[in-house]
Amino acid sequence: MEGRFKIAASGTGIDEAGLKYDMSDFDGYAAEVAIQITEKAGAGEVTVISLGPDVVQETLRKALSMGAHRAVQLKHDAPVSDGLAVATALAAELKDGGYDLILCGRMAVDTQNRSTGIFLAELLGLPVISAISQLNVEGGVVKARRELEGAYELIECPLPAVVTIDEGIARARYPSLKGIMAAKKKPLEVKPAQLGAITYQLEKMELPAERAAGRIIGEGKDAVPELVRLLKEEAKVL
Amino acid sequence: MTNILAFSETRLGELRRAGLETVTAARKVADATGGQVHAVLAGAPGIAQHAAKLAAHGADVVLVLEHDAFANYNPEALTATLAARLGSGYRAAFFAASALGHDLVARVAAKMKLAYASDVTEFAFSADSVAVAHPGYTNKIVQRFVLKATPALISLRAGAVLPAENAKAGTVEALAPVGDPAAVRVKVTLTEKAAGGKIDLGEAPVIIAGGRGLKEAANFKLVEDLAAAFGNAAVGATRAVTDDGWRPHSDQIGQTGRLVSPDLYVACGISGAIQHLAGMRTSKTIVAINKDKEAPIFKAADYGIVGDVMDVLPVLTEAVKQAKAGA
Repeated sequence: MEGRFKIAASGTGIDEAGLKYDMSDFDGYAAEVAIQITEKAGAGEVTVISLGPDVVQETLRKALSMGAHRAVQLKHDAPVSDGLAVATALAAELKDGGYDLILCGRMAVDTQNRSTGIFLAELLGLPVISAISQLNVEGGVVKARRELEGAYELIECPLPAVVTIDEGIARARYPSLKGIMAAKKKPLEVKPAQLGAITYQLEKMELPAERAAGRIIGEGKDAVPELVRLLKEEAKVL
Repeated sequence: MTNILAFSETRLGELRRAGLETVTAARKVADATGGQVHAVLAGAPGIAQHAAKLAAHGADVVLVLEHDAFANYNPEALTATLAARLGSGYRAAFFAASALGHDLVARVAAKMKLAYASDVTEFAFSADSVAVAHPGYTNKIVQRFVLKATPALISLRAGAVLPAENAKAGTVEALAPVGDPAAVRVKVTLTEKAAGGKIDLGEAPVIIAGGRGLKEAANFKLVEDLAAAFGNAAVGATRAVTDDGWRPHSDQIGQTGRLVSPDLYVACGISGAIQHLAGMRTSKTIVAINKDKEAPIFKAADYGIVGDVMDVLPVLTEAVKQAKAGA
């Protein structure tokens, strides 16, 4: 979601007036990576799944217009911030297999919990590699790279597997007109979500403290001495 | 069930600052509730050398997991071992909200089928629950949750609790791995530090960040020079710059990159798109240098200079060098 927020009167959600739902950035990367894998292989199928109210159908159509083949909405009307409950519903849908790789975003940019992909892997009994910035799938093996703070690591695991996608792999493509037309004919199945018990419930949302208004201290390099003085004497960071 | 477990993160045999933050946080809770702090130290043989430092920061017991298979991060073996240990009865466990900590806390929670709290900035323990706060909506909103699970699994945002000494016995005990730590599905084959021994964005007290206003990749030298003048600074970048390949993606600050809050953030040639502000607006002091006086970055900045970064940065770098030399 874009833009500035107001908190709804309930105190546990945002005021949705004037906001437009869109695919979370990392989920967009995950869809793109999945589509690229099938394009490169010239085989295979990408199924996109979203849990939520009917508004998520728009997001699913977007993924279909990017090149995904089928979509499933696990319908649930209230917002859920419990990753285990969401993963339980996803695992119920995916328990019968039929896939080689499950790709998720590294985190939802709203709840920022980072839990669903890892919970899903555990529930399905699959290996998982989280927050990857490079991916290579070959000969039944996933090879990936994860960025650490000031370092990186290379990781491997066998298929089938779950991966969660970070920055660096791919940007979600813009759907072409042809893709948008084709997406209208692709299957989008709606089923009730079999959510797990909700044990982690949002109690309250608050806006962070506003920053005090700053000031422009001058123009060009002549302003540098005043900046250095302020950093030393006022901000005490120099 | 009053004991608190703290996972102390190491990398390539070195103890990370985040590993002291988790022990300090656990000590604070244990002092209030009367429990003990058990710090876990995992790595290749020799990792036990860091036990004294964990004791100095408040560990009553240091559980050492030494094995060649822990030379790199070994998520599945750590998860099996920690979940079994925690199942024996702990009130809570602290992990770092680092790349590895995020991965590990979720795996342990999944194994134990428990909810957990991620990226926590505040926590308050009561008899049967923990009230936590963590950022959401790309840091534009503070979300407050009550975590009712026991043990309460928490990943702690860097800097939420600063390392503090509070010496305890730190009795070293070996922790036996559960299962064969070499027989795992997920294997880390290489861990490598970024080139140049850079200070990490998440740990640097000062960040100098550059955007499109620098005009081309080579001009990032001016940003690096200013960072070097501070001595304790890391270099960051906007998404526009990392997408163009001027800097690696790991330097990206913003909605889909790193979320940072250093003591000082200097935005050089950055207009201040809302996605960038989401990643740095919680910095203590923000300086902006930009040609366009209408740029939104000036609304977020404490101090602004309207001007071309190409002219201002070299002068600022000299001034900072002099200030540091005089200090």
